[in-house]
Amino acid sequence: MTETPSLQPVIQARGLCHAYGRGTMRRQVLQSIGFSVASGEIVLLTGPSGCGKTTLLTLIGALRSVQQGELEVLGVPLQSADRERRRRVRRRIGMIFQGHNLLRCLTAEQNVQMGADLLPTLAYGERRAVARQWLRAVGLGDHLRQFPHDLSGGQKQRVAIARALAARPRLLLADEPTAALDGRTGREVVELLRRLARDQGCGVLMVTHDPRILDVADRLVTMEDGRLMPGALRQTGR
Amino acid sequence: MPWARRRIPLAWLLLVRQPVRLAIALAGIGFAGILMFMQLGFRDGLFDASVTIHRLFDADLVLVSPRTMSSISMAAFPEGRLVQSLADPDVAAMTPVQWEFVLWRNPENRRTRSILALGFDPEDPLLSDPSVQRQAPLLRLPGRVLFDERSRPEFGPVADWFRAGRSVQTEVSGQRLRVAGLVQLGPSFGADGNMLVSRETFRTIAPPGSRGGIQLGLLRLRRGADPLTVQRRLDGQLPSDVKVYTKDQFIEFEKNYWRTSTAIGFIFTLGAAMGFVVGCVIVHQILYGDVSDHLPEYATLMAMGYGLADLLGVVAREGLFLAILGYLPAYGVAQGLYALIRNSTRLPVLMDPQRAGLVFALILSMCLFSALLAMRRLTDADPADIF
Ligand SMILES: Nc1ncnc2c1ncn2[C@@H]1O[C@H](COP(=O)(O)OP(=O)(O)OP(=O)(O)O)[C@@H](O)[C@H]1O
Ligand SMILES: [Mg+2]
Repeated sequence: MTETPSLQPVIQARGLCHAYGRGTMRRQVLQSIGFSVASGEIVLLTGPSGCGKTTLLTLIGALRSVQQGELEVLGVPLQSADRERRRRVRRRIGMIFQGHNLLRCLTAEQNVQMGADLLPTLAYGERRAVARQWLRAVGLGDHLRQFPHDLSGGQKQRVAIARALAARPRLLLADEPTAALDGRTGREVVELLRRLARDQGCGVLMVTHDPRILDVADRLVTMEDGRLMPGALRQTGR
Repeated sequence: MPWARRRIPLAWLLLVRQPVRLAIALAGIGFAGILMFMQLGFRDGLFDASVTIHRLFDADLVLVSPRTMSSISMAAFPEGRLVQSLADPDVAAMTPVQWEFVLWRNPENRRTRSILALGFDPEDPLLSDPSVQRQAPLLRLPGRVLFDERSRPEFGPVADWFRAGRSVQTEVSGQRLRVAGLVQLGPSFGADGNMLVSRETFRTIAPPGSRGGIQLGLLRLRRGADPLTVQRRLDGQLPSDVKVYTKDQFIEFEKNYWRTSTAIGFIFTLGAAMGFVVGCVIVHQILYGDVSDHLPEYATLMAMGYGLADLLGVVAREGLFLAILGYLPAYGVAQGLYALIRNSTRLPVLMDPQRAGLVFALILSMCLFSALLAMRRLTDADPADIF
């Protein structure tokens, strides 16, 4: 599991299928998905509700085991990867959820440090400094000691971004990160995400329904009924 | 783990950032701890108290009747057996002792109460207690008594009056006796109070049925003689109407009576066990609820790349912190309650390191066991659920 050279894709899927349930309850959700995301690229994934976007994201995030097809994330083949290997891949992936999923009993700074704590080589003080630096980068330098409870929705989502980036991920997965935010705040958060990811040279795959943020993407991928739309891999105006 | 490699102390923060839950948990653990301390303390205190005087006897070997079951039912045996044992080359000296419960009349309110009377020759050593040795000659006068000032207060304000310089007289078994001095022995489970008299005086107060024979024979050995060897030899030589014990065996014999022939041990051990169970239930409730409440957060941590082992460690550490935080106040309160018990019952209930360690071990296993059960809930934390 060596570091992927930056030109290689961070995500590469070929013939990826996924079904929920067994027997008569079995429902095919993903059908031969094939696409790739290069390092430093920002890709948006859209499509109607229930078409399988979140399922695809959990597969790429190594949160579920691959049933059929090939999926390589950060150079690690995930088909037939065991629990421990999937965990090690997850360490190198930053995830941002629809709900912010911050730890309620930790301050903003401590939440971000939970991300930085995954870095094995840094001493406690350095990881703490990393946490502060990321909070300043998302504009929350004055809110280090506040609990999630006392932060606004946009601020919480920014803490979540800082937490995801503090672990120095090579790939960032985000599932509707702006869903709980108003249009302007959502836009700000996504702009921030794009800028920071770009600085880190980290690939981004973001699921969104929000038409106002489509233009931040390098590429737009559309899904329907568990399939990528033909010709969906279109360049955006950038 | 080196200090620089430490992480955010999540277990600790989970506990302290939920003060109400923490307070309930600590109250529960503290309660369980105090209950265990009290029950075990009482049990050990009662066993210890049953041998307060036994420990003080100035003897290497002790002769008792084989019909004697415990200090509350001492049977008599012929005094000649004691004299006989003097023939052994290793036996240096002896003290015949009479031991009976008699009725003491409280000099203040005239009520009577059963007290343990020891009769001995004031010239012979009886107890290895300096104040007894110093005051024994006072008993040469007939009708004099050394009163145990640590007897329960129901025997009257004897010590106070005596110290104030009053001449304290009272009636024991209908005989007028005068307090010649105060000694400090302590009540036991069987005897609420103690008094020492000469054998002449003892004869006047002993119940008519028991005036022949003695209840106890103390033997002191020559220097260097091994008590166990002499005990075996004497026990073989002497007729079967007397039994020979070493002092330690005698103490153990008495304790064993209270342990096996009474329900004391069972009752108090059961009480302690109940404290343990109650504690387990409370800690389990708290930890299980805690894990359930934070399940999405644990799932998030797993999605970030933390392993199940990391999360199990968090729960285990929560259990460890609860054990320590719950134990300390329980220890403190138990110290106070022990002092209270000593003052009100005069039982020797003390915090000994062994019991302190035992209760800590019980609390620790209680918390870790509950943590273990709560961990099963963690396997429900599926990182795939959080998107
Ligand atoms: N754990 C599960 N078990 C069974 N079926 C599931 C499960 N999760 C999702 N599904 C089904 O799979 C399909 C795809 O779900 P998915 O969450 O991937 O859609 P989505 O594109 O993310 O939708 P949305 O835009 O509403 O979030 C849906 O029909 C859903 O009912
Ligand atoms: Mg979804």
